[in-house]
Amino acid sequence: MDLDLGAPHSLGTTIIGVTYDGGVVLGADSRTSTGMYVANRASDKITQLTDNVYICRSGSAADSQVISDYVRYFLHQHTIQLGQPSTVKVAANLVRLLSYQNKNMLQMGIIVGGWDKYEGGQIYSVPLGGTILKQPFTIGGSGSSYLYGFFDQAWKEGMSKDEAEKLVVKAVSLAIARDGASGGVVRTVIINADGVTRNFYSGDSLPLWHEELEPHNSLLDILSSGSPEPMST
Amino acid sequence: MSSIGTGYDLSVTTFSPDGRVFQIEYAAKAVDNSGTVIGIKCKDGIVMGVEKLISSKMMLAGSNRRIHAVHRHSGMAVAGLAADGRQIVARAKSEATSYERVYGEPIPVKELADRVASYVHLCTLYWWLRPFGSGIILGGYDRDGPQLYMIEPSGVSYRYFGATIGKGRQAAKTEIEKLKLSEMTCREGIIEVAKIIYGVHDEAKDKAFELEMSWICDESNRQHQKVPDALLEEAKTAAKTALEEMDAD
Repeated sequence: MDLDLGAPHSLGTTIIGVTYDGGVVLGADSRTSTGMYVANRASDKITQLTDNVYICRSGSAADSQVISDYVRYFLHQHTIQLGQPSTVKVAANLVRLLSYQNKNMLQMGIIVGGWDKYEGGQIYSVPLGGTILKQPFTIGGSGSSYLYGFFDQAWKEGMSKDEAEKLVVKAVSLAIARDGASGGVVRTVIINADGVTRNFYSGDSLPLWHEELEPHNSLLDILSSGSPEPMST
Repeated sequence: MSSIGTGYDLSVTTFSPDGRVFQIEYAAKAVDNSGTVIGIKCKDGIVMGVEKLISSKMMLAGSNRRIHAVHRHSGMAVAGLAADGRQIVARAKSEATSYERVYGEPIPVKELADRVASYVHLCTLYWWLRPFGSGIILGGYDRDGPQLYMIEPSGVSYRYFGATIGKGRQAAKTEIEKLKLSEMTCREGIIEVAKIIYGVHDEAKDKAFELEMSWICDESNRQHQKVPDALLEEAKTAAKTALEEMDAD
């Protein structure tokens, strides 16, 4: 199998945005792939736009980075003009505008999540093509295919902050187990009236699912640690 | 009559030695000579009223509107040169729709006032433009509550509890200051505005006038609309009665 190192960086990805009673939780995996090669195994797909609005990026890494830079810039100007923080709705609409107007050139799916004093915690989904949809929770990226059934069963209204975060971490780790384009660590960002909290769940702290194998120590470690176990014939 | 700026008043891009721009002051005079326009901010919304002086008996009642809806949640009452006012309203409408198209939410009233004021000010910066001869009272109801702004021909814009422009503005201002606006609902406010406009109308100088009123309040679903006919009639009757009581003294 040929490693296509010339392929554009793609965020294979699993991204999730969930509202809870008082705010939102955004979650993502950390694998950036160039074809079959993992270009970055610990990337941060949750990007800040303003103090109170963050986005999860999926699809083309370049496209989503450039768009988030533009939207951050516009939102900054908007905040200065208005004299108060922009709302989540405005942030989502700017992402949507750029996404829709450049749909022929862009390939990215974005989840916008944040908190503002008027509407509280909100999640907006801006998938390929530039639709905008406000939802209580949303999932995106290649790994999300494996999560639709899971969320249908597991999601409920009015969860607490901890319940929501546990749900997100569990979901991302399930998707990582099944989707080859998702992997690495799970990052979460919780946004509410009190501010923003970033959390990190390393790959080896995530539960293993079904037939996943326990990680082995490398042969080098075994050899250097003393007499290795003899091979049995 | 205040001082005439001989020589320094020929262009809006000329300052006088004492730091005034006479053209802008003259524009303000055009506004001062128009029928009274008032706006008040009650606890649940905004009420605006215009003393629309009727120049001819042939005019159809309800024509030549002086209060315009700018967007669902905001309206403008215009004083001074009517044609100039129409331009400002058109610009405000365009700003409101373009903001919503880009940002996906109705334009905050403060932002609308800033944009309109910038536009009016723009026309005081170039010699090939003349300042607008209109004063604007802008009332709106957004997520930060009801707000009232007044924009002058100089491009200055302030937020008010009560604002007045036109001939009877001094008298009207005194009347508004007597009111307890923070405890008044818009329903009550309508009556008060009508009374004030009838009160400041000068029977001797100007013959007929038509009262035009609009409101934006919780009762109107936070939409800018003409005051319903029934309420308007009620207000007019109350105003006429109050006048008669005053005359009777």
